[in-house]
Amino acid sequence: MPPDKYSSGTIPHDDHDRELLDNVHPPTWRNPQPADKYTLVVLGAGTAGLVAAHAAAALGAKVAIIERNLLGGDSLNVGCVPSKTIIRTARLYAEMRNAENYGAQVPGDIRVDFPAVMERMRRVRARISRNDSARRLISAGVDVYFGEARFTGPNAVAVEGKTLRFKKALIATGARSVTPSVPGLVEAGYLTNENVFDLTDRPPCLLVIGGGPLGCELAQAFCRLGSKTIIAHDEPLFLPKEERDAAQLVSDAFARDGIEIRLNTTAVNVRVEGKQKLVDLVNDDNKSTVAVDEILTEIGRAPNVEGLNLEAAGVEYDAHIGIRVNDFLQTTNSRIYAAGDACLEHKFTHTADASARIAVQNALFLGRKKLSALTIPWCTYTDPEVAHVGLYARQAREKDIPVKTFTVPMHDVDRAIADGEEEGFVKIHVRESTDKILGATVVARHAGEMINEISLAIVSGIGLSTLARVIHAYPTQAGAIKMAADAYNRTRLTPARKWLSTRWLRW
Amino acid sequence: MAELPHPLSDEAFLDKLQQSAFDYFLEAANPANGLIADTTRDHAPASIAVVGFALSAYPVGVERGWMPRVDAAERTLVTLRFFWNSDQTERPEATGYKGFYYHFLDLKSGARVWRSELSIVDSALLLAGVLTARSYFTENTQNETEIRELADALYRRADWQWARTGKGTVCHGWKPECGFLNYEWQGYNEAFIVYVLGLGSPTHPLSESGYRAWTATYQWEHLYGCDFLYAGPLFIHQFSHAWIDFRGIQDRFMREKRSDYFENSRRATYIQREYALRNPHGFKDYGENCWGLTADDGPGAGTLSIAGREHRVFAYAARGVPYGPDDGTISGPAALGSLPFAPEIALPAVRHLYERYPEAARNYRLASSFNPTLSGSGPHGWLSEGYFGLDQGIVVLMIENYRSQLIWRLMRRCPPIGAGLRRAGFRGGWL
Repeated sequence: MPPDKYSSGTIPHDDHDRELLDNVHPPTWRNPQPADKYTLVVLGAGTAGLVAAHAAAALGAKVAIIERNLLGGDSLNVGCVPSKTIIRTARLYAEMRNAENYGAQVPGDIRVDFPAVMERMRRVRARISRNDSARRLISAGVDVYFGEARFTGPNAVAVEGKTLRFKKALIATGARSVTPSVPGLVEAGYLTNENVFDLTDRPPCLLVIGGGPLGCELAQAFCRLGSKTIIAHDEPLFLPKEERDAAQLVSDAFARDGIEIRLNTTAVNVRVEGKQKLVDLVNDDNKSTVAVDEILTEIGRAPNVEGLNLEAAGVEYDAHIGIRVNDFLQTTNSRIYAAGDACLEHKFTHTADASARIAVQNALFLGRKKLSALTIPWCTYTDPEVAHVGLYARQAREKDIPVKTFTVPMHDVDRAIADGEEEGFVKIHVRESTDKILGATVVARHAGEMINEISLAIVSGIGLSTLARVIHAYPTQAGAIKMAADAYNRTRLTPARKWLSTRWLRW
Repeated sequence: MAELPHPLSDEAFLDKLQQSAFDYFLEAANPANGLIADTTRDHAPASIAVVGFALSAYPVGVERGWMPRVDAAERTLVTLRFFWNSDQTERPEATGYKGFYYHFLDLKSGARVWRSELSIVDSALLLAGVLTARSYFTENTQNETEIRELADALYRRADWQWARTGKGTVCHGWKPECGFLNYEWQGYNEAFIVYVLGLGSPTHPLSESGYRAWTATYQWEHLYGCDFLYAGPLFIHQFSHAWIDFRGIQDRFMREKRSDYFENSRRATYIQREYALRNPHGFKDYGENCWGLTADDGPGAGTLSIAGREHRVFAYAARGVPYGPDDGTISGPAALGSLPFAPEIALPAVRHLYERYPEAARNYRLASSFNPTLSGSGPHGWLSEGYFGLDQGIVVLMIENYRSQLIWRLMRRCPPIGAGLRRAGFRGGWL
């Protein structure tokens, strides 16, 4: 279970955290008296839970939401919001050091004020928390309960001694970081996304174990904020789900930043000597030991399914996969649905949001919306960013779909050149001999912004030839997408068409 | 500038380049065991892949009149006897295991050095040379008969099935200290020869499903106005092709794309030139006749600043197009290695190199690489020191394939190659 920062007293640090708590777990909160029966009871008030509660209440449902810790869940408190906030400051420092590339003077004294970086993060997080506040839920007509939720039967759940009866329920309890089973790690102490944002002092030397999205993002951010950073990943390339060129570009960027890269490397033991943590690393037949001040682990996430007494509700689950749901997000109890990290393979904030909307529609209005029909993009916010939507070329080939990729290196894009942001590419996969977009990967400074255009095209059934007709403001980095579409159009100029065209023009 | 009062004809120019490269295998050899040094640098060990190129170069030397046939047969026999009788136990200092060999061997003793890996792809390149000898030495002399017997035995000993991963693809390598390495040959790469030889094995064959799993990772890309099976470094488009004549034969993938692997290497060569013309990083001298990013020697670890932009600089590394790494280092052997595919651009590039950077082609032998952007030992920037066996090997074989297709013709009648290609789904053309 994740640490309860509220009860453990790790926060508040300051006025910003006090504002955060006022919004997402008011200290003087008293749970309301339950209604006789709720149309929808939502377990968990992370992204999925909040979206579902607001959506259902807006449609006129009587809704209760139960949260054991902080409203807003991981994304607001220990995930997307704090990480992207410090990533922005880290980028700024990287740009200062790289000023000469822009014909600018490198500032004479670049000193990272780490406490100020974290203070800004807390300020931003507190401000954004207003959207997820208890006050906002109440004004939407939602009954808010803080405490541990526990099913007492197929249509009832208890919280803090009160029983909430429901017509429908939604399990949106999220997920937590998996602890690596490295001997000595727990005893030595380690950071995860759940406590790394509590730091107020910069670790002089940091080891990141795990080269998935969060590990990569935070390794780069801490390196740019001045920590000597080592990243150990047990596979040959970072971001194992992404295509090799994307992962390689991330690796190149890490090397430029000065991160010590240990690929194909496993941490096998941790021990403490003095104030330092000594970590034994193994890479094939090479063994080495690194001495660090902090260890940050990111090797995966496990669904929060324990302690809910799901058995009493007849809801089946798996400790690794999460709540078992069908394509309509319905659990093995037909009255109970699930959404977000507690049941999904793709554990993203936007997927939690989308799945919550499907679950509400299906639970309350006999909807038949399917999870599998969603087009889900994602982005890793390294610099450059790595964004993807739809199929990878490899997935298409495994499905026997003939696939062709239109590739535009960012160094061919005018705006990327002007911005000095030439690392990366746009790769759009289409079904061979058609303009139907199967998927895309974008590696670029702002890939997360760019991928949305391709997601829109896929969802709307727009092909590359139509994208080529869309006038893109010039100059923009998203112009790379137009360039890929233009390249597709040029391939339509077959020798026969060119012959006809030439004849026409000569006539 | 080189002193060329009367420029050589293309044929004479190529002949000089080829013979100079061929001579490497005579100069860098240990005649006692047939091993060839990886480079001309001090204390360089032998590389098994370079031995594979040497075994393939000897027939070229015979046909070009640079070496008597009996000498070529003798050298070949010494080499094959060494490998056949070498230590194949699990001892860390053995020469090989399971019919494969360690990447680097002591030039004198043949024992494993540098704790190098039992390399599947380098073993495949060695075995490609063994099979070239098997196809060339067909006379009924005692030596040539023994060459054929040993070549068959060496090929049959390689346990390709042992080298498979759970997915059926082939692992990079193995070490006695830690077992199989956590890499596998995925995506279009130089491992083509691994799959063809592995599929053709009469004793321990790879499965067709492994080949399918490998090709499932292919990326067919449209880049710079050209469709091609993507791989960044140029050597990937050349190494397996030095032995296999891919003209006009197609597997399922190439049938779907209406292309073949020879045509693909031609396009990859043009894309390399196009990249150099675009020269996104502003490296010195890149252009129409100065291109070729591949696995080659480099200036060493460090950084380079061009107009305020930092670039990492590498030692020996697989440089590639268009995503790099690219540190301004150009390989002459890479351009020449594309001679059979795109002679109309490869030959001018090599002539340009010879005239503009004569120090990179002293006595017609090509250095691994040069970097005009970085100051260094040469008058035109950094220059790789000495010579690398792999470079000389690809030069000998690809010039010969351009001139006479000798290696391709020999391997077209090599049963394992035909069997391997057919099991991989190749049809058409000479098959």
